[in-house]
Amino acid sequence: MKKIFSYPKSLKNVPTHYCPGCGHGIAHRLVAEIVDELGIREKVIAVAPVGCAVVAYDYWDFDCCEAAHGRAAAVATGIKRARPGNIVFTYQGDGDLAAIGTNETIHAANRGENISIVFINNAVYGMTGGQLAPTTLLGQKTATTPEGRKAGSEGFPLKISEMLARLPAVKYIERVSLHSPQEVIKAKKAIKQAFLNQVNNLGFSLVEVLSACPTYWDMPAKNALDWIRDVMSKEFPLGRIK
Amino acid sequence: MPKIVIQKDRCKGCLLCISFCPRGLISVDKSLNKRGVRPVKVDTKGECLGCALCALICPDCCIEVFK
Ligand SMILES: Cc1ncc(C[n+]2csc(CCOP(=O)(O)OP(=O)(O)O)c2C)c(N)n1
Ligand code: SF4
Ligand code: SF4
Ligand code: SF4
Repeated sequence: MKKIFSYPKSLKNVPTHYCPGCGHGIAHRLVAEIVDELGIREKVIAVAPVGCAVVAYDYWDFDCCEAAHGRAAAVATGIKRARPGNIVFTYQGDGDLAAIGTNETIHAANRGENISIVFINNAVYGMTGGQLAPTTLLGQKTATTPEGRKAGSEGFPLKISEMLARLPAVKYIERVSLHSPQEVIKAKKAIKQAFLNQVNNLGFSLVEVLSACPTYWDMPAKNALDWIRDVMSKEFPLGRIK
Repeated sequence: MPKIVIQKDRCKGCLLCISFCPRGLISVDKSLNKRGVRPVKVDTKGECLGCALCALICPDCCIEVFK
């Protein structure tokens, strides 16, 4: 009998601090599997965000760097330009990438930096207590929109992936989801593509990952996955954007 | 026959693996694990397909699959 599924080498064998059912755990594993499969563990440099995944470097067993909140794409730009032989990626939440870091994200994309971005969209600020994020859905209740997000006062859910796709220097953008094992397989394929694009010097690649935050969506884990399938992915359609 | 092995003490009891096992082989254990969580257990007499759906969805890498 052969072991056909187990812990990737690039993931440390330690328990994570994530809540039960949190999508960050799955996304971390996918990144680690891809690093193992591409044989780039000695070459890869992660840039961790501020957000629930702030201590991603405690979980990944390869080189990692921490960026100030939202600045990951700028930090990754610096690392990649100084060390073009390394594979540099950022891992960022929606608050990090699409609120405080909008500026850095857009300009890195517009310059066509040869980096890869794993963008975790869970429609809230998890780390700080479930406040409204740019990606919060209309009507979605958060700590700062107790009656639900209203377009008139908080604006519409920000589709940063579609916005970035319009920039000429952007190579690849895809939106995936972690709401079922089948979607997890597709998500892995897309993230792997983003890494491969960098290996092949093709330029800026970003994968947006719809990911559950059962805690601040106030749902059991399975209901959170169903909510991604039935509600969130209607606002943020899955598939290749560019 | 294929089988899975669950690292009980990693389990956070999110129950996602239970929802996706097509054979209904996974259930909640009665005793608590080291984390103070009721982990899941597998029915070792059931016919596991080795499909790894449980392992793919587990956010905490608790499940190994053998085929
Ligand atoms: C300069 C600065 N401003 C604000 C904060 C507070 N803060 C920490 S994490 C966070 C948002 C995190 O949300 P997100 O990026 O969506 O990640 P998640 O926790 O949901 O994974 C904020 C506002 C900070 N740490 N630094
Ligand atoms: S608060 Fe949400 S995003 Fe943060 S660890 Fe918990 S479930 Fe995950
Ligand atoms: S491998 Fe498939 S059949 Fe076996 S326990 Fe996991 S989900 Fe069930
Ligand atoms: S999916 Fe993983 S963490 Fe969740 S109950 Fe199953 S084994 Fe435990």
